[in-house]
Order: sequence, then structure tokens, then C-alpha cells
Amino acid sequence: MTLHDAAALAGPEITLALAAMALLIWGAFQTRGHNAAFTAAAVAALVAAAIVAATGPLGTAFSGGLIVDAGAVFAKVVIYLASAAAIPLGDRWFARRGMGRFEYPILILLAALGMGMMVSAGDLIALYMSIELQSLALYILAAFHKGDAKSSEAGLKYFVLGALSSGILLYGASLIYGFVGSTHFADIGRTMSGHPGPGALFGLVFLISGIAFKVSAAPFHMWTPDVYEGAPTPVVGFFAGAPKLAAMVLLARVLNQSFGGAVDQWRQVLVVMALLSVAVGAFGGLAQNKLKRLWAYSSIAAIGYALIGLAGGGAQGVQAVLMNMVLYVVDVTGFFACLAALSRGGVAMESIDDFAGLARERPALAVSLTIFALSALGLPPMSGLWGKFYVFEAAVATGLAPVAVAALVGSVVAAFYYLRLIKVMWFDASAGATDAPPLEARLTAYAAAAFSFPIVLYALTVIDPLAKAAALALTAR
Amino acid sequence: MIGILTLTTFTPLLGVAAILAGRYLAKGDEAQAAATARWFALATTVGTLILATFVVATFDVSRSGFQFTEDMQWFSGLHYHMGVDGISVLFVLLTAFLMPICVLASWRSIETRVVEYMIAFLVLEALVIGVFCALDLLVFYLFFEGQLIPMFLIIGIWGGKNRVYAAYKFFLYTLLGSVLMLAAILTMISIAHTASIPDLMTYKFAPDVQAWLWLAFFASFAVKMPMWPVHTWLPDAHVEAPTAGSVILAGILLKMGGYGFMRFSLPMFPVASHQFAPLIYTMSVIAIVYTSLVAFRQTDMKKLIAYSSVAHMGFVTLGIFSGNLQGEQGALFQMISHGVISGALFLCVGVVYDRMHTREIAFYGGVVNRMPIYAAVFMLFTMGNVGLPGTSGFVGEILTLTGTYHAATWPAIIGVSGVILSAVYALSLYRRIAFGELTNPALATIGDMNGREMLVFAPLILGTLVLGFQPGLVFHITDASTQQLVSAFQAATGR
Repeated sequence: MTLHDAAALAGPEITLALAAMALLIWGAFQTRGHNAAFTAAAVAALVAAAIVAATGPLGTAFSGGLIVDAGAVFAKVVIYLASAAAIPLGDRWFARRGMGRFEYPILILLAALGMGMMVSAGDLIALYMSIELQSLALYILAAFHKGDAKSSEAGLKYFVLGALSSGILLYGASLIYGFVGSTHFADIGRTMSGHPGPGALFGLVFLISGIAFKVSAAPFHMWTPDVYEGAPTPVVGFFAGAPKLAAMVLLARVLNQSFGGAVDQWRQVLVVMALLSVAVGAFGGLAQNKLKRLWAYSSIAAIGYALIGLAGGGAQGVQAVLMNMVLYVVDVTGFFACLAALSRGGVAMESIDDFAGLARERPALAVSLTIFALSALGLPPMSGLWGKFYVFEAAVATGLAPVAVAALVGSVVAAFYYLRLIKVMWFDASAGATDAPPLEARLTAYAAAAFSFPIVLYALTVIDPLAKAAALALTAR
Repeated sequence: MIGILTLTTFTPLLGVAAILAGRYLAKGDEAQAAATARWFALATTVGTLILATFVVATFDVSRSGFQFTEDMQWFSGLHYHMGVDGISVLFVLLTAFLMPICVLASWRSIETRVVEYMIAFLVLEALVIGVFCALDLLVFYLFFEGQLIPMFLIIGIWGGKNRVYAAYKFFLYTLLGSVLMLAAILTMISIAHTASIPDLMTYKFAPDVQAWLWLAFFASFAVKMPMWPVHTWLPDAHVEAPTAGSVILAGILLKMGGYGFMRFSLPMFPVASHQFAPLIYTMSVIAIVYTSLVAFRQTDMKKLIAYSSVAHMGFVTLGIFSGNLQGEQGALFQMISHGVISGALFLCVGVVYDRMHTREIAFYGGVVNRMPIYAAVFMLFTMGNVGLPGTSGFVGEILTLTGTYHAATWPAIIGVSGVILSAVYALSLYRRIAFGELTNPALATIGDMNGREMLVFAPLILGTLVLGFQPGLVFHITDASTQQLVSAFQAATGR
């Protein structure tokens, strides 16, 4: 392998890193705030990276540290596009509040770079480095609303708990290295398919816990509601989506490629986490009045479903995870775009009661929110159902059907709070006129809603085979 | 190439597009947008009715299999697969028949958010027709479950005082049942490796698997039907829903439960159906006797009719699970007939409710003095509800009871008491509303039915009488498919 080949494989990462550095210099010379061209350049860099990823060669580079397979490519394209959508949304949002800073697009680029490396990680070092790169960017983004105490609190909380989880993760990684003698996923896989000692499994549990923190799976979910509530709305829309997809893909790769031999051991862990997540998501959401907190619980439940798919194991399970997460990313981006679009008298609408009568005030946004709520509930024909469809298929195939049924019943409990949002928007009298929604937030929301229904019914025919190929690559040993 | 069934199913959505365009062109003029919405909704529903009539008219009654089939590859082994047989085709017609009536009935009684109202109804129509045409399990589920959304909104936005409670109750009850059905559907797909309903009808599931699948489907259909003791959402939903909402609920949505039993439970899980038949008989008989008695004690007109619906659905479940030809034919007939009669009864309530804004039975009395035409119409449908020979109600009851008698004696004998009990509550309702002295001064100026209302009732009256005197029209169409259903069922259960 020549350096040229390795560079071709790392094309998307190089594109993003160079773009981030160039933009950093450009930004530093912009004395009177950055302009639209700057934002557009950041978006263009992400789109370019997505194209490079989609068209680039497949293979491994840097002694197996960087794996570029169908799975990584699939995840990267989704991650880069979701990140691209977050840039105009947040940039304009901050600008309207007098906090438009050129660092925002750059931080998103760096986070996207980290996420892209996560899904391509081929050894424990790359795994840790990439997670830290994206996490550090996200900590700053969470606290980006400088003057706001809640945003600072969210950033601090996210950072402290994130650092704790990184420590746990690193501890797990060091245990695995200690007992196996290699950091490479492939080497670990070879050792584990024989007779794995308890030490490496012990390490695996820590590794899973660390990643569970990042995807906010119960019982490692405690930071989620507080951080979601405090962080700036467009930023929440970003880090509730793509980073979780990246972490789930990473988890899928590690579990299947390195620990495929120990599937019976980690399956139990995942099943417990999945059921807990669904239960916490369903019951925890019942008592929430703030919509952002509510959606934090909703996202915990969503991760629970994805984990059931992963627990199923094998390519079918991983495909379920991928489908579930892709559809979820679109939904959650659109949902927070709706929230970013809505305000009353310049004050963001936070509590559910603020949305009273929205169907008369802003029918299109109310319809979008309704679609996202029903999708999260898993009601047909919205996209959320299809995520559950794949998860359930995978669960039945591996004998986890009772787990999946329990999760579906949990969704009936969650139905109560989704219906509450719909009820407030459609049945109640208006709580007063809302401000004109900004264009970029509106367009993002409508596009995501249109994807959730009806475009998804066609899009599935395209995504399904791609996800299948990606899943096969992620589980190939 | 778009098939006739796809066209019938999705024509209502064209109406939705037209209404939205009309609203856009009205530029904020609400009255104008409402007027356009009404006319577009009427035109679309009538158009759908014409298409549905065409489907029934060109339906080949000699074949038992599915006709007008369309099959397109979708993804992950799923297909967009549509088709109708003798069991489903009449439901398509029933839906298309009741919808223009609903639109007309809402013409003046819905004055707020007319555009959204008409859109909700048209979406509902598309989904209901889709349920009866779908031949892929998951496509069926999409249509079946999708209906919760428009119906939730119809009850919750245009309903009465307690509408939010009723809407939640309706949604959550149905959702819990449906979620279990979804689990069963996905399990079936994993076991049989196909989602095609015609294929699954001949696929033989192992008996113990059948039992679980049957129970999961039962959870959904029993709530939808509704069967005792999961019927309690129905009276609430009916009381709070606007008149047209009640008509659709009683006329069509309940029928999806019975249709589901005939399409899924009986042919796909015959052993389990046979095994659980005593459970069904017990629940049906309790429904017939108990809810009839409950109906008798109601003080609210709509609640009374809602409970009577539960009782009448008891006959349907008896007939379906008797597993013989009379039972199946009778159940199908009873569903069609109940769709017409109960729809008409709710409209009768709507007529006086629009004038007086109360449904308290005690408020009325002696309306025959002021509203002779109304009293006559109401009388006809009361008789239909009782099951008087000559009305369509009679045919269904006698056939289901005969069928049940062949399969199980005692349930039929107890079930017969339902015929008497229905006379008790229905006639007493009619007596308290129509007869006697007109004592309430508020009623002194109540006016009789107007031209639009008579237009609404005319097709229903015609339907009740034609079906009552010429039930063969229905059996002619359903015969081949029900025979096929019964012979497959009896072969599978060794009877």
C-alpha cells in the first residue's frame, strides 16, 4: 500500500480536515463576522466529503486503523449530510441572537470528521481518538450560547459526564488490549473466537458502557434531558442525530467483528439496556412539560429499539440498526428544526402548552410536528414504523421476539405523550400569534417531514439494499 | 399502469389536493375556502362511489379468488399488492356509499375548520378502502393503523365536551391491540417468508404458533369490533364524535374487525379459530345480552345506539366463528346491513341534535307532532335495528343464528334473546322520542327535515329496503368466496 492509496481511502477525512483548517484561517481574518459565503463553503465541504466517500475506493489503510467498507461509506454519507443540514440551521439561529461566530460551522466540520473516523475505526486507538474528536466539538457546541446559564450548564454537564464515560471506555479498551495483546479489531476477533478469558469480556462491558453513554442508552442516559434542555436548539437537533448513528455503527462493528465469538455474553447486556431504555423513555417522558426534555426521553426510547436490533446480532440485526438510525436522524433533525423555527415574541417556545393551537397559527409546522410525533410513536405510514419493522424482523429471527413485543407495548405508553403534543396543537385554543418562522428552519423541517412521509415509502427501496450491503460489511469477519 | 383498485383507493387524496388548492386560491377567505372544500369533498366522494360501483358491477361473481389484482415489488420482500374478493368487495362499496352521505350530513353542522374536516374525511376514506383492498400484510397494516390519525383528529377537534378523553381512549385502546397485531404480522412474515395474504391463506402454520398469532390478531380485531369487555371506548367515542364521525365509526370502522376475522383469523389460523370458538361464543353472547340491557338504561340517544352496535356485532362474531356457510354469509350480510342502519340511526340523532343541541332522550317526546317525515324515517330504521322482516336487519340476524345453531346450540339459543332485547331498547327509544304529547316548550318550533336531509336519508332508506327484500343481491356476490372460505376452514379443522 502506497501513501497515495492510503490518502485515497482517507479522502473524506482529508477533505474535511483541510476544509476545517482553511476555514479557520479564513474566519480569523473576517473581522466583522462571517458572511454567507463562509457558511456555504462549510456546507460545500461536507457535501464534497460525502461525494468523495460515496465514490472513493474501499479497503483498509494505516495498518488496519482505518477501514473503508460499505458500512463505513453508508454511515459517512448520512453523517456528512446530516451535519451539512445542521450548519445553516444553527448559523442563522445564532446570528439572529447576536452570537453568530465563525467557529460554529468549523466545530460541526470537526465533529463530522470525528464521526466519520468513528465509523471507519479499525482498532481501539482509532476508536478512542475519533470518539474524543467528535465529543470535544460537541461539548463546545452545547455551551455555545455563551450568555445563557442553561447552555453553559448543559455544556459543563455534557463535558463532565462525557469525560467520565470516555474514562470508562478507555479503561475497557486497556483491559481488552491487556488480555488480548492487540488493539486491532481483527486480531481481537481471532482471539475471541477461541476461548476468550473473562478479562477481555470484562473490558468489553466497560467498552459497551462507554459507548452507551454516548448514545444515551439507559442506564447511562441521565445527562440527556438536562443537556437537551439547556443546549441551543439547532445544536440539539445535530447531536441527537448523527453522533448517535456514528456510535451505533461503531458499536455494531466492534461487537460483530471483534467480539462475534462472544455474542451470547454481550447479547444479554444489550437486551437489558434496550428494555431499560424503552421503559425509561416511555415512563420518563410522561412527566415532562418541556418539549426538548420530552424529546430527550423519546430519543432514549429510540435508542432502545435500535439496541434490540443490535442484540439480535448478525447482518440482519445490524441492518435494522442502520435503517432505524437513518430514519431517526432525519426525524430528529426535522423535529428540532421545527422547534428552532418557532418562537413567540422573540422567546423560544419551550413548554408543551406554548404549542396550543399551533395548527391554526402555523398549519404547515404543526403538520410537520405531528408527523414527527407519530413517526416517533411508530404509527404507519411514517418512517418510524419502518425502523421498528426492521428491528422486529431481526429480533424474531434470533428468538428475541418477546423482547421486541415488550418494547412495542412500551410504545403504547409513550403514545400518551406524543398524543399530548398533537392534542395541544390541534384541539386547544391558540396561545397567541407566533413569530414568522425563519426560512432555513422551515425548509429543513418541511423537507424532513416530507421524507418521513411520504418520500420514505419510495426511499426505502433505495436505502434498503444499501443498508443491507453496509450491514454485511460491518459484520464480516 | 394504475389499476382500478388503486384508483378507487387514492381518488379521495386527489380531493385533498383540490381542497388545499382551493384554500390557497381563497387567500384567507375562510367562508370561500369552506365552500370549496365542501363541494370538492362531495365531488370526490361521489367520484369514488362511481368507481366502487364500477368495481362491483364488473366483479366476476363466479370466481372465489382475488380479482382486479395489482402486484408491484416494493422492498425487503414486501409488495404493493391489491385485490378484492367476494368478502371484501362489498365493503369497498359500503365505504364509498356512506362517504358522500357523511359529507352531506356535515354540510351545515360543521362550521369550524371545514377545510381540515373534509381533508380528514377524505384521508379516512382512502385508508378504509385501502384496508379492504390490501393483499400484503404490511400494506394492510399501514392502512388499518393509519386510520387512527384522522379519526383521532375528527373526534378531538370537532367532538363534544368530553372529546379529548374520548379521543385518547379511542386511540390508546386501538393502538394496544394493533401493536400486538403488528408483532404477529412480523412474526408471520419471518416464519412464512412472505407477506402476501393469498399465499398466507394457504400456508399452514403449526398449531401452537397459530394460537399465539390468533390471540394477537384477536387483540386488535376484538377492540375494533368491539367485543365485550373491550367495547368501552365505543360509547365514549360515539357520544363525542360529530354525527358524520359516528356514522363512519359505526358504519365502516367497526366492520374492519369482522373483516379481519374473516380475512385473517379464519383462513390463516383455522385450528386456533376452532379451538378458541367457545371463547368467542361466550364473549359474543355476553355482548348480546349484557350490552342490550345496558343500552336500555341509557339516557343519551347516541350512547344507546352505540351499545346496540356492540350487541349487533355480537351476532357477527357468532356467525363468523360458527364456521359454516350460513354463519359466514349472515355475518357478512349483518355487517353490510348494520353499516347502513346504524349509520342512518346516528344521522337520525344528528337531525334533532342539530336543531336542539342535546341528545338527552328525556328532552324529547312527541316530536311526531312537529316532524312527521322525520318520525317515519326514524321508525323505519328503528325497525331495521330491531330486525323486522322486510328490513335488512332481519336477514343477517336469522342467518347468523341459524349458522351458530348448527355449530353450537346454547350460544344460539341465548343469542336469540338479543332479538327480543333489541326490540325492547329500540322501540322504547322510539316511543320516548317520537310519541306522546309534545310537552317540552323548546320543541314547539322544531322544524321537520329539510331537502338536504331527505337527500341524505333517501339512499339509506332504499338500501335498507332493497337489502331486506332482495338479500340475494349480496349473497350473489359473496357466495363463491364464502364457500371457499368455509370449505377450507372445515377441511383444516376436520369437520
